[in-house]
Amino acid sequence: MPVTSQLFKALGSREIRKICRSAVLLRPLTAPWQRSCPPAGAGQRHGYRTSSERCYNLTPPQVNSILKANEYSFKVPEFDGKNVSSVAGFDSNQLPANAPIEDRRSAATCLQTRGMLMGVFDGHAGCACAQALSERLFYYIAVSLLPHETLLEIESAMEAGRPVQPILQWHKHPNDYFSKEASRLYFNSLRTYWQELIDLNNPGEKPDIKEALVTAFKRLDSDISLEAQVGDPNAFLNYWVLRVAFSGATACVAHVDGNDLHIANTGDGRAVLGVQEEDGSFTAHTLSNDHNGQNEDEVKRVLSEHPPSEAKTVVKQDRLLGLLMPFRAFGDVKFKWSIDLQKRVLESGPDQLYENEHTKFIPPNYHTPPYLTAEPEVIHHKLRPQDRFLVLATDGLWETLHRQEVVRIVGEYLTGVHHQQPISVGGYRVTLGQMQGLLMERRARVSSTFEDQNAATHLIRHAVGNNEFGTVDHERLSKMLSLPEELARMYRDDITIIIVQFNPHVIGAQ
Amino acid sequence: MRSCVRSSRALSPVLIPRLLSDASCWGARRSLSCSPRRLTAAAEGNSAPLPSQARVVICGGGIVGTSVAYHLAKLGWTEVVLLEQGRLGAGTTRLCAGIVSVAKPIFIESKMADYSNTLYERLEEETGVKTGYVRTGSLCLAQNQDRFISLKRLASRLKVLGINCSVIKPKEVAKLHPLVNIHDLVGALHLPGDAVVSPPDVCHALAVAAASHGVQIHERTSVNHVLVEKGHVTGVETDRGPIECEYFVNCAGQWAYELGQVSEVKVSVPLHGCEHFYLLTKALEPPLQPSTPVLMDMDGRIYVRAWQGGILSGGFEKNPKPIFTEGRNQLEIQNMQEDWDHFEPMLSALLRRMPSLDSCEIHQLVNCPESFTPDMRCLMGETTGVHGYFVLAGMNSSGLSFAGGAGRYLAEWMTFGYPTDHIWPLDITRFGNLQSSRTFLRHRVMEVMPLLYELKVPRWDFQTGRQLRTSPLYDRLDTQGARWMEKHGFERAKYFVPAGKDLLALDQSKTFYKPDWFDIVGAEVKCCKEAVCVIDMSSFTKFELSSTGDQALELLQHLCANDLDVPVGHIVHTGMLNERGGYENDCSVVRISKNSFFIISPTDQQVRCWAWIKKHMPSDPQLHLEDVSWKYTALNLIGPRAMDVLSELSYVSMTPEHFPSLFCKEMSVGYANGIRVMSMTHTGEPGFMLYIPIEYALHVYNEVMSVGQKYGIRNAGYYALRSLRIEKFFAFWGQDLDTFTTPLECGREFRVKFDKDTDFIGRAALLKQRQEGVSRRFIMLVLEDHDAELDLWPWWGEPIYRNGELAGVTTSSAYSYTLERHVCLGFVSPPPGAPPIITPDFINRGDYEVDIAGQRYPAKAKLYPFSSLFTQQRRRKDDMELSNFQGK
Repeated sequence: MPVTSQLFKALGSREIRKICRSAVLLRPLTAPWQRSCPPAGAGQRHGYRTSSERCYNLTPPQVNSILKANEYSFKVPEFDGKNVSSVAGFDSNQLPANAPIEDRRSAATCLQTRGMLMGVFDGHAGCACAQALSERLFYYIAVSLLPHETLLEIESAMEAGRPVQPILQWHKHPNDYFSKEASRLYFNSLRTYWQELIDLNNPGEKPDIKEALVTAFKRLDSDISLEAQVGDPNAFLNYWVLRVAFSGATACVAHVDGNDLHIANTGDGRAVLGVQEEDGSFTAHTLSNDHNGQNEDEVKRVLSEHPPSEAKTVVKQDRLLGLLMPFRAFGDVKFKWSIDLQKRVLESGPDQLYENEHTKFIPPNYHTPPYLTAEPEVIHHKLRPQDRFLVLATDGLWETLHRQEVVRIVGEYLTGVHHQQPISVGGYRVTLGQMQGLLMERRARVSSTFEDQNAATHLIRHAVGNNEFGTVDHERLSKMLSLPEELARMYRDDITIIIVQFNPHVIGAQ
Repeated sequence: MRSCVRSSRALSPVLIPRLLSDASCWGARRSLSCSPRRLTAAAEGNSAPLPSQARVVICGGGIVGTSVAYHLAKLGWTEVVLLEQGRLGAGTTRLCAGIVSVAKPIFIESKMADYSNTLYERLEEETGVKTGYVRTGSLCLAQNQDRFISLKRLASRLKVLGINCSVIKPKEVAKLHPLVNIHDLVGALHLPGDAVVSPPDVCHALAVAAASHGVQIHERTSVNHVLVEKGHVTGVETDRGPIECEYFVNCAGQWAYELGQVSEVKVSVPLHGCEHFYLLTKALEPPLQPSTPVLMDMDGRIYVRAWQGGILSGGFEKNPKPIFTEGRNQLEIQNMQEDWDHFEPMLSALLRRMPSLDSCEIHQLVNCPESFTPDMRCLMGETTGVHGYFVLAGMNSSGLSFAGGAGRYLAEWMTFGYPTDHIWPLDITRFGNLQSSRTFLRHRVMEVMPLLYELKVPRWDFQTGRQLRTSPLYDRLDTQGARWMEKHGFERAKYFVPAGKDLLALDQSKTFYKPDWFDIVGAEVKCCKEAVCVIDMSSFTKFELSSTGDQALELLQHLCANDLDVPVGHIVHTGMLNERGGYENDCSVVRISKNSFFIISPTDQQVRCWAWIKKHMPSDPQLHLEDVSWKYTALNLIGPRAMDVLSELSYVSMTPEHFPSLFCKEMSVGYANGIRVMSMTHTGEPGFMLYIPIEYALHVYNEVMSVGQKYGIRNAGYYALRSLRIEKFFAFWGQDLDTFTTPLECGREFRVKFDKDTDFIGRAALLKQRQEGVSRRFIMLVLEDHDAELDLWPWWGEPIYRNGELAGVTTSSAYSYTLERHVCLGFVSPPPGAPPIITPDFINRGDYEVDIAGQRYPAKAKLYPFSSLFTQQRRRKDDMELSNFQGK
């Protein structure tokens, strides 16, 4: 059955990094899991060598067609030759390592309020949860941002069967799909949410963006959880909502409205601002905190939420309960529901799910759930003219490139200027050979820039193809991209990038 | 010569301190950095008062300006003033690489370089100023066979000029130059006469010599604008006051364009600057001998010469950096930035050519802006708009090689009133205002600069600055597969690629052998011979001359060698000759009405012919000359079926009985009335030229094409036309004819009417020549034993040998599809020692050979075209038979 195999595969490769490497978990697993488990040290080197011999060397056009398959660009339309939005547009792209990819991305313009939403979602244990987020989260945010009057209007239109004003205008790549089957279900949950908002809020009250973001995140996560508990008479949908709930996803969402930039982050995605200094160079300004074991505040938060007796088991090997890398995530009900609830749902659920060893498995030392939350950390930033662009990306990017390097590459790409200082011999003793070597290296650095029309593609090219000199090495790029499906995940993670460009003159004028 | 050395003591006060300062510091070669002593010298120079009057004012104290001054002085001119805005030789001259080489693409350029070389060599003796002249010789390397062919072609051309050169093997290159890596070389051309000099010192020497002959030189004096009255130069306004003068010479180099624009009547000097880089290294170990040959590795885009024990190496990169598009004051020419990243390809090429330089230390990367012109040739001569305004600029980074010769030609031109050699390729009147756009120049020079070292194969075209002037049919023709070339900014179809047929990409189609369009053009030619073709020939220059009385006729009778007092509607092919009987223009004149004439001239004569007619036109308000080039679209219907197409469209019989040859009638074609139909085709084939007011162009074209369908009509291009006209021995002005060729030399005596009433320009010279006989003769050579498939194709400039002796040079060539042979046109003259008169016997009794890249092919010489090629007779016979048939 395709669905099962997909799930297996998805769980298999993802598990390796996100959940655990411990033998306890791996031993009961089926053969494909073990195959894709990275052997340590020499074995890995060996694997790399054989695989690279096996795979073809790709030509530059082949490399480009792989890199550009998912690229998407959006330019905010101009009025009267001027772009009055603080966002000039965005470039986005993703490169799969898992098959299928578990990352998702979304971008939309709010139609009933001002502002644009952009987000990247990194799924684990399957793509179901990330897919649901990419479809649903922005509606929850948009609804949370709507003034009371607008909500009332929409509800009365719904009631009367009148056409409803659209809330979001999506900017989607053709590969970014919406699931048709679940849309009714999703919509009903959303409607329930805005009906509650109508009841709770007072007329004339304008929602606070920060609050709205937090509420939307939490509400969607609880809806995901609730839908899984309630189930659905339709067998497919029933299985679907369970898959969404049992898989997990992180989310990093940006809301830009005029000069106000809000980043709502749950998990280990990251938002980094590219700031142009007076000398033209770019520095990175991080607008989110990673929610993982490296973040001390986050570790403290998790520990504080559980009794001291669990202090040794809640965070183990930098993982939640020794299993999960992100400390905040949507879905992942295995870290949220009580053991009773999990068992009850699984027993009444479809066979595929019940027979899955992974879903049945209860995390060790599971005493005081929930261990996981979807509550985002929201950071507000007032945009300044020197803030040129924002990079939203999943951890696949950040673990290969340092944020400063990311900002440099994007900055140089967008400005078209390479802040390579012009070389001057001055009084130094330089031989022709030395000079040639230096020039060739500089040339290699520049030449990769002009192949791409999309900043995100350009960044992926660097993330995957950079050699030790920080320049794109075609041979390396070609090898990395031609890795067989089952090996790709060992050398890189899914990468999803959205690069938002700002309009400095609009920002300066406000 | 000794007296010259002494006379340098009697210099103008301006130069004495400079001479001393330079002589003392020359050993250190400060020319690449600013010498403070020079500054003081210049400051002192400022004290000399400016004269209020002069005959000639030369603007620009670089090597070009000083060369003009030198040669004017030598020719006895007095009251010559040279003005320099900064210091002498402080612009491009100060920075240029100092190579004098005769390896230039056209004859006149090689000649100028050869003369410059001789001049610079003797300059030190003449003036006592050290010029750093070393006869190093030079090596042009070939990395591939195509380049080697082009070098061999160059070698055979240089031999015509008597310049010593030899084609050598890579091994011999290694013997001549110690550093060269010869592993990837196919061969080389050795030019033992080439030399290196110190350009600022040559400039100085020329200035010293000029000053000794009375030229006044003023530094730190800028020309603000040039004063013009009634179309003549009357003086210049400088920042130190006005000078009245008769002649002004614009030698302002980079700034010549702008200087042209600030004249009271704007003068178009189409040139644009580009940055040019070369590298200086510290001395090698052991130091490189100063006599090491100059190296030109054109495939690597670099040149290399010895410099102070190290090397100097620059190049002409593929991606040049244009500069000064918005004019001066953006950047001081002295403060140009080095750009190592830009220089990288040339550095790599250098290290590939001379791997041992790897450990050699860098001294400096010099950025020396050079000026370039739209066609890679310099700009020389008197401008058409302003009499007495001369220009010599746009040296395309060969300023040093050309300055001596170009200066001489310009000085002679000013002295005699006409150039003393065939300088049309350099004549500034080949350009008009239309080449003056800064954007055009910026784009074009970016193509021109790399082209200097690019392989130039027959029939290459510029790719930038295109589609400026087009016929209204351009799009129609383009969609039908037209491939275009450009002449004077006008797009002309070369040939039409049939649908479904693919030609090679531009780069791959470069060849010295049979080109990929061979069969396409062959089919077009065949169609011209057997059915009918349409060629859009709208690019021709078209003037209308009219008057109230017979002034127009009088003027034309004076200008033209042929008799124009013909009945209305007749067409006369005639030359416009100069006093020496040479062709200033070759045109067809139509008598439209009693007092108005339609003059059709070659495309690139637009500026020149206008100027020539204007120059001789009396200022009579009743006499009116108008350029109507833009008003008419010209369609050439070539082929035996042309008359059928036209008669069907006009319901008028077009047979030779009703419409004799060389006749013009205004008639209707399709719905369009007032079309000038002329029974001539410029090829010798039967057919008609239609001059169509542009708004009717599309209609007439469509009608012709749809009616012509049943006669097998098709589009044809200029390559077909060229093949047709050359096999018919038709000479074209600019290619075969020039200002030194008389009608008698090219068998066109029949177009000269010595006995017409009016005395025409050049009549006396022609009469004299007729008396004495001609010493050169235009002939047609049909190549024998030449395999069009396998052998190199002729182009132009191939030496012609008669009985093994050099006898002349070809001027144009084409493959004749009718003869299935190559046909070359060219001039021959008797060898030295023999009687200098050419007789038909001389032509007919020789064994001829044409030298293509060193290989000689036997050829049959002909004085007259093959009569069998004229199908008209046959056609007429057919018609007779047809009418007989119909009669029955």
